[in-house]
Amino acid sequence: MNWVWFHRFGSPPYFYRFAGRWAPWFMGIAVVLLAVGLYGGLVVAPADYFQSDAFRIIYVHVPSAYLSLMTYTWMALAAAIGLIWRIKICHAIAAACAPAGASFTAVSLATGMIWGQPTWGTYWVWDPRLVSQLFVLFFFLGYIALRGAIEDRDRADRASAVLAIVGVINVPIVHFSVDWWRSLHQGPTLMRADGPSMPMSMAWPLLVMIGAYTFYFVAIMLMRARAEVLRRERGGAWLREELARAGAAA
Amino acid sequence: MSAFLEMYGYGAYVWSAYAIAIGGLLLNVWMARRQLRLAREEARRRIAMQEHS
Amino acid sequence: MSAARRSALQAASSVMQRDLLLAFRRPGEWLQPLAFFALVTTLFPLAMDPEAALLRQLAPAALWVTLLLTSLLALDFLYREDGRDGTLEQYAVSGQSFTALLLAKTVTHWLLTGLPLVLAGPLAAISLGAPPSAMPGVFFALLLGSISLSLIGSIGAGLTLGLRRGGALLSLLVLPLVMPVLVFGARATALAIAGDEASGALYLLAAMGVLALTLAPLAAAAAVRISLE
Repeated sequence: MNWVWFHRFGSPPYFYRFAGRWAPWFMGIAVVLLAVGLYGGLVVAPADYFQSDAFRIIYVHVPSAYLSLMTYTWMALAAAIGLIWRIKICHAIAAACAPAGASFTAVSLATGMIWGQPTWGTYWVWDPRLVSQLFVLFFFLGYIALRGAIEDRDRADRASAVLAIVGVINVPIVHFSVDWWRSLHQGPTLMRADGPSMPMSMAWPLLVMIGAYTFYFVAIMLMRARAEVLRRERGGAWLREELARAGAAA
Repeated sequence: MSAFLEMYGYGAYVWSAYAIAIGGLLLNVWMARRQLRLAREEARRRIAMQEHS
Repeated sequence: MSAARRSALQAASSVMQRDLLLAFRRPGEWLQPLAFFALVTTLFPLAMDPEAALLRQLAPAALWVTLLLTSLLALDFLYREDGRDGTLEQYAVSGQSFTALLLAKTVTHWLLTGLPLVLAGPLAAISLGAPPSAMPGVFFALLLGSISLSLIGSIGAGLTLGLRRGGALLSLLVLPLVMPVLVFGARATALAIAGDEASGALYLLAAMGVLALTLAPLAAAAAVRISLE
C-alpha cells in the first residue's frame, strides 16, 4: 500500500497548508449541518410524550457528550502514535484536541444538568455516568495543566501523552456505565444492537447535529494544530513564505 | 411564535441549554483563531530576532 | 532461577535496602504522613457535634478522604530526592529493569508511608465511633486501597517529577485516577462499620489492586523516563 500520502502529513509545511485549506470547508459544512439540525430539532421534530419540549435539549446535550468522548479518544490515539513512533505532528494534533474536548465535556455536563432539573427533579446526582463524565473533564484539564507546567516541549508532549493514554480507560466506562450499573441516566437510545429506540422523526436531527459537531471539531482541531505547528517551527523558509502570505492577506 | 419560545413552559431550560451549547461553539472558534493569530505574531518575532542576530 | 532473574531481584532488593536505610536516617520524612493522618482524622469530631451516630456515619468518608490526602502528600517525595541527585538516572542506565527498580522504590515508599496508615486506620476509625467488630473489614479495605493509591500515585509522581508547583499538579492528575478506589474503599468501610458483609467491595478493591500492580509500574516507568530526559 502506498503510504507516501500518509508520510506527507509529517511534514509541518504540508500539514500547515493542508489544514489551512480544508479547515474552512469543514467549518462550512458544520455550519450548514448545524442550521439544519437546529431547525429540525427545535421546529420540526415532534415533542416527546413524557418530557414535552424539554426533551429538545437532547439535540445539544448528546452531540456534546458524544464528541467529548470522541475527542478524548482521538487525542489519546494521536498521543500514542506520537509517543510510539515519535512523530512530532501527532503531538501537535493531540494538543489541539484538548481545549475543544474540555469545552464539549463542560457543555455536556451543563446541558445535562439543565435537562435534569425538569425531568429528574435535580440538577445533579452522583451516579456512574455523570461522575465518569466529570472525570473526563478532569482529565482534559489535567492534560492541559500538565502541558502548561512543563517547559521543555518534548517532555511536555511525551508526559501528557502518557497521561492521555492512562486516562483513556475512562471513555468506555462513561459509555458503558449505563449498562453496567443501575443509573438514573437513561440507557443508550442510539447505539444499540437492535437499532435506535427513538422514532426516526426524532432521531434524524440528532444524527445531523452529531455530524455537525464532528465536522466542527475537525475544523477546530485543524486550526489549533496549525497554531501548534507554527509555535514549534524553528524557522524554515516555508515559514517566512507563509507568514508573508498571511501578512499580505490580513 | 410565543409557543415556540415558551416550549410548553420549559422555555427557560431549553433556551439556556442551547445558549450554553452555541456559546461554547462560538467560544472555541474565537479562541482557535486567536491562538493562530498569536502563534503567527510569535513566529514573526522569532524570525525577526534570528535575522537580526 | 536464571542469572538475569536473580540479578534483577538482587538489584530490586538493594534498592529497597538503600531506601529503607536512607529513610531511617530521616525519620521525619516518613513520620510526617502518619502525623498528618492522625491529626486530620481528629479534626472531624472537633469540627462537628460529636454525636456518636452521626460521627459513625461520617467515619468512612473522613477516613478515606484523609487517607487520600495523606497519600498525595507522601507521594511528593517518592522520587524527589533520587531524581534530584541523579540516582534515578543511574537506575535508568544500569541495565536492570527500570520498571522493577521503580516498583521496588514504590513498595518501600508504601511500607514507610502507607503501612503505618493502614495500621493506624482502625484506631482512627474507633475514635470516630466505629465498633471494634468492624476492625478487620476496615483494616483490609485500607490495606488494599492504600496499595492501589501508592501504585497509581507513582504514575502522577513520575509525570510531575522535578516540576515547580508539582504538588498541586500531582493532586489534579492523581485524584481522578484513584476515585474508584475511594468509592469502593469507603463503601467497604461503611459496610464493615454497619456490620454488613463487606467482602464484595473488598474483592473489587483487590481486583483494582491487581490491575494497578500490573499496569501502573509500566506507566510510572515510562513517565519517569520521560521526565528524566
